[in-house]
Amino acid sequence: MVSQQLLAAAGQMKGGEIATFWILAPVAVACAIGMVWARNAVHSALFLVVTMLCLGVFYLVQAGPFIGFAQIIVYTGAIMMLFLFVLMLVGRDASDSLIETLRGQRMAAIVIGIGFAGVVGAGLFRALGKVDSAGLTAANNKRGGNIEGLAELLFTRYVFAFEVTSALLITAAIGAMLLAHVERRRSDKRSQPQMMRERFAVGGYPAPKPGPGVFATSDSVATPARLPDGTAADRSISRILPTRELTSAEAAPKGTEK
Amino acid sequence: MTATTYVVLSTVLFTIGAVGVLIRRNAIVLFMCIELMLNSANLALVTFSRINGTLDGQIIAFFVMVVAAAEVVIGLAIIMSIFRTRRSASVDDANLLKY
Repeated sequence: MVSQQLLAAAGQMKGGEIATFWILAPVAVACAIGMVWARNAVHSALFLVVTMLCLGVFYLVQAGPFIGFAQIIVYTGAIMMLFLFVLMLVGRDASDSLIETLRGQRMAAIVIGIGFAGVVGAGLFRALGKVDSAGLTAANNKRGGNIEGLAELLFTRYVFAFEVTSALLITAAIGAMLLAHVERRRSDKRSQPQMMRERFAVGGYPAPKPGPGVFATSDSVATPARLPDGTAADRSISRILPTRELTSAEAAPKGTEK
Repeated sequence: MTATTYVVLSTVLFTIGAVGVLIRRNAIVLFMCIELMLNSANLALVTFSRINGTLDGQIIAFFVMVVAAAEVVIGLAIIMSIFRTRRSASVDDANLLKY
């Protein structure tokens, strides 16, 4: 409990906390900007994970061990992994286009954002900048610890909100199940003879597709296979890979001439 | 330095999230920006709890976390079902009800 008394004691921020703040606050802000900036959605998700970890450390420093660890476990552990999971399902489409639908909207949004942050931040700092914090030492020690104090509040004053939360969680789980579920009728299922007939009908392609690099001049999966007449076989490369034109030096077989 | 610095930091993070919602068009990234805004509100709540010397702020931050989890589950399910029908995760492409 000694360490908790030191954390978030009454009055000003102490040395160690100031150091933590000035190390982690720029990291949090930089990663938040990186999240908005990154073209690739997976990079955005990873930047957001770093920001959330920094916030978790801030909660720990401010004498909220329960909320800090809940932040790390729930947000970076569960929610962000859910995000990554959906990103993997959605695939490479996740990257953004750079075309502006509304002209100047991006610049205007950034200017308005800076203005908003300046006004609200400066206003808050001028209004509350001199306010000394009461500190959580007394509140945390009243029941013998932070978690005990939170539990007391949760099951007395906020017990109704707690019950409503459970209803919300059940509703969310059922709703997600309904939204993600796809009902397939038995008659929609294609039988094997049907699939075979489709494959051999006019316009179908009965043979297996050529693999990338077969008959090709390079080993890369991004170079298409060559057909017998020398043209590139489009269907040999995956649709999500960009077609690469290699220079002759790159296209030369490597390590096989000896 | 007083604890108000944390509130200013949370303002900055909230603004970055709001600007992200305005300028990005990928539905999943938009969702992450909303998560960032919720998180910055949580930071403000935890700081207020410390300034006031009571644990209520931390409790409310806890509830915000629960609501955010439920919201993410539903939102990602909606994004998945839109992606399944329209093959796109961009919010500009979901314009069937526009006219």
